[in-house]
Amino acid sequence: MKRILAAVLAILIFIVFALAFAKIPFGEKMSTYPNYTEPLLNSTSNMSLPQHYLTYGKKETGATNMVTAIVVDYRGFDTLGEVTVLFLAATGVGSLMYVEDKQRRRVRKSNAVVETGSKLLFGFIILFGGYIFIHGHLTPGGGFPGGAVIASAFLLLYLAYPKFHANHKRLNVSESLAGLTYVIVGLLGLVLAGYFLYNFLPFGIPTYLFSAGVIPVIYTAIGVKVGSELTGIVDAMMGVRE
Amino acid sequence: MIELIDMFTIVSLILIIVMIISAIIAAELKDLLSAAVALGVMSLVVSILFYMLQAPDVAITEAAIGAALSMAIVIFAVRSTKRWEK
Repeated sequence: MKRILAAVLAILIFIVFALAFAKIPFGEKMSTYPNYTEPLLNSTSNMSLPQHYLTYGKKETGATNMVTAIVVDYRGFDTLGEVTVLFLAATGVGSLMYVEDKQRRRVRKSNAVVETGSKLLFGFIILFGGYIFIHGHLTPGGGFPGGAVIASAFLLLYLAYPKFHANHKRLNVSESLAGLTYVIVGLLGLVLAGYFLYNFLPFGIPTYLFSAGVIPVIYTAIGVKVGSELTGIVDAMMGVRE
Repeated sequence: MIELIDMFTIVSLILIIVMIISAIIAAELKDLLSAAVALGVMSLVVSILFYMLQAPDVAITEAAIGAALSMAIVIFAVRSTKRWEK
């Protein structure tokens, strides 16, 4: 009875959503969106917001990856909030899993093939994670996937070696320093140009590694921060083992 | 009608059906470890769909976080509690 009621309710919600989404055409031309108003100049532009991003994005931010340009440059404040959410999640897991007298859990030793293979792969995964967040303004990816890849390398070591343990104090230090770098870059923008998170460094030549102003700096900080936070979450969930 | 059904539509239809089936399996299974694996399969298919809709940034993030890390965290939680749902 309960299941049938739930199914009927789910189908009703699906119908409502389908009716709402049927009005949004798939792959519509961006010029049909409404034009946006510039809040600083208090004037209406002659193009829609996505059109503006694609037309002037490369010139205004120096980044060739437009998702990065929007996430870090145009809407950098939202990314700061996301990083804060992740920090709070890591802190919450840490405080929930905290135990005063750490009882040790016995874990079976994994076999030699897994141990050697993970030792071999660890460096490659770390290298690739670093590649993803350093090239965030040029290729797809950025701080969040790069940090997640680095955390998955540590997860591999945690699974392969029962006694492996990342130093929690060092993780906290790298996490805090990376978060501080983000805020300091934002405050420097406020001091030098008048806006928080303003892109104050020279843009350089687009498609080159040293381009796009503060975007690579911020993405490196986010990558280190996300990597150490997710490693900390994994560490807290694994508990103390023998 | 012939030109409407191209390769993209067929592949994305198959992927969407796999996604829905794995989501139903993840909700229905009594074995929580298998449910976590079904959830990982769903994340992987969603990431392929993001890639097919030309959003590589979202696809990379979904693959790294949804398929690898969140599945590992769910499995840790299952290991510390009970494996079978009553």
